[in-house]
Amino acid sequence: MENLINIGVRSVFIDNMIFAYFLGMCSFLAISKKVSTAFGLGIAVVFVIGITVPINWLIQNYVLTAGALAWLGPSFENIDLNFLQFIVFISVIAAITQLTEMAVEKLSPALYGTLGIFLPLIAVNCSVLGAALFMVGRPYNLAEATVFGIGSGIGWMLAIVALAGVREKMKYSNVPAPLRGLGITFILVGLMSLGFLSFLGFSL
Amino acid sequence: MSTEAVAVQEKKSEPLFSKANRKLISNPLDIDNPVTVQILGVCSALAVTTQMKPAFVMSLGLTIVTASSNVVISMMRNSIPSRIRIIVQLAVVSLWVILVDQLLKAYVYEVSKQLSVFVGLIITNCIVMGRLEAYAMGNKPWPSLLDGMGNGLGYGMILMTLAFFRELFGGGSLFGFKVFESMGVHYTGNGLMLLPAGACILLGIIIWIQRSINGYRESH
Repeated sequence: MENLINIGVRSVFIDNMIFAYFLGMCSFLAISKKVSTAFGLGIAVVFVIGITVPINWLIQNYVLTAGALAWLGPSFENIDLNFLQFIVFISVIAAITQLTEMAVEKLSPALYGTLGIFLPLIAVNCSVLGAALFMVGRPYNLAEATVFGIGSGIGWMLAIVALAGVREKMKYSNVPAPLRGLGITFILVGLMSLGFLSFLGFSL
Repeated sequence: MSTEAVAVQEKKSEPLFSKANRKLISNPLDIDNPVTVQILGVCSALAVTTQMKPAFVMSLGLTIVTASSNVVISMMRNSIPSRIRIIVQLAVVSLWVILVDQLLKAYVYEVSKQLSVFVGLIITNCIVMGRLEAYAMGNKPWPSLLDGMGNGLGYGMILMTLAFFRELFGGGSLFGFKVFESMGVHYTGNGLMLLPAGACILLGIIIWIQRSINGYRESH
């Protein structure tokens, strides 16, 4: 249990998807002009990462790694399908995103109204595939992988909501014209990332 | 996600390097740069630029993937149903990424270790998807190839600039060659340059300089 809390806190604050690894920057920069939309996208990302990481964990450990197919019979013991990792993971992510979109549309039209346009975008959000690939590189079990996925999503949401809050206020400041928009946003992200550095060396 | 697609008038007798085609290569280097203007592919631009060597390999990999998937999608563009086009595009892109990844592992294993997940993340690099959506879906293979190469080079240019400053001031070297030591000057690396924060601020400044020169403005 302690271990799970540790992984959760690490993935939200210390190994933050945005401030430590720069994953999912494209939508992070493009959709952070308003807090409400940023929050909607954040929720959708938490949801998709939280589902895809455990599914990809199962696929990795029961299908793809060397010797993982041993449960099919002794003749499958030597098969190593690791080279298929990228294409399998991205298909799972694209499929889950599509399914989520359909499910949300059916079950909660109100939520679909707010999240609708963001859902297809998530399939190409690097943080989702990135979380899956990081999970493979670390010796997690299923529960740890799930916590890691949800934590990474929450970290990403925290970052985008915070940036959107700052950018809303930025409208009232007098920024040099060539720096307006993207330029000042990058500098802001740099400063916020400095702030997040203070979590380094923070161990539970 | 994508900006305006350059509509190229196709004529039978158009020369291979006509003016419109040359623009496809030169525009992404400056006024239509994928990283600093279109805001695409930012994640990897910041993450792999602590040293010049991985940055160079990454730009090369991305250029190959963008150009070749542009060609494949452009050849298939009339037979892809628009409802499932994203997944078709992802399949084509991941095919090329798998090839690049296996090649890197076979020939430059050290660099491939350094790049870690970022080779795989070329799949979700928005430059690739953005060019497929905005350009290759509506244009012939040859201009698509040029467009892919141009955008790969534009991305590479920003990557190399960032990596140049980060490696020079962060570690005092270029491509692993100790510049300051060979000049007999003692240099203590500036740790901020190697941190994510330093990369963001540096990119902000590069954008500032580039936009001061080319006059591109954003309202907010």
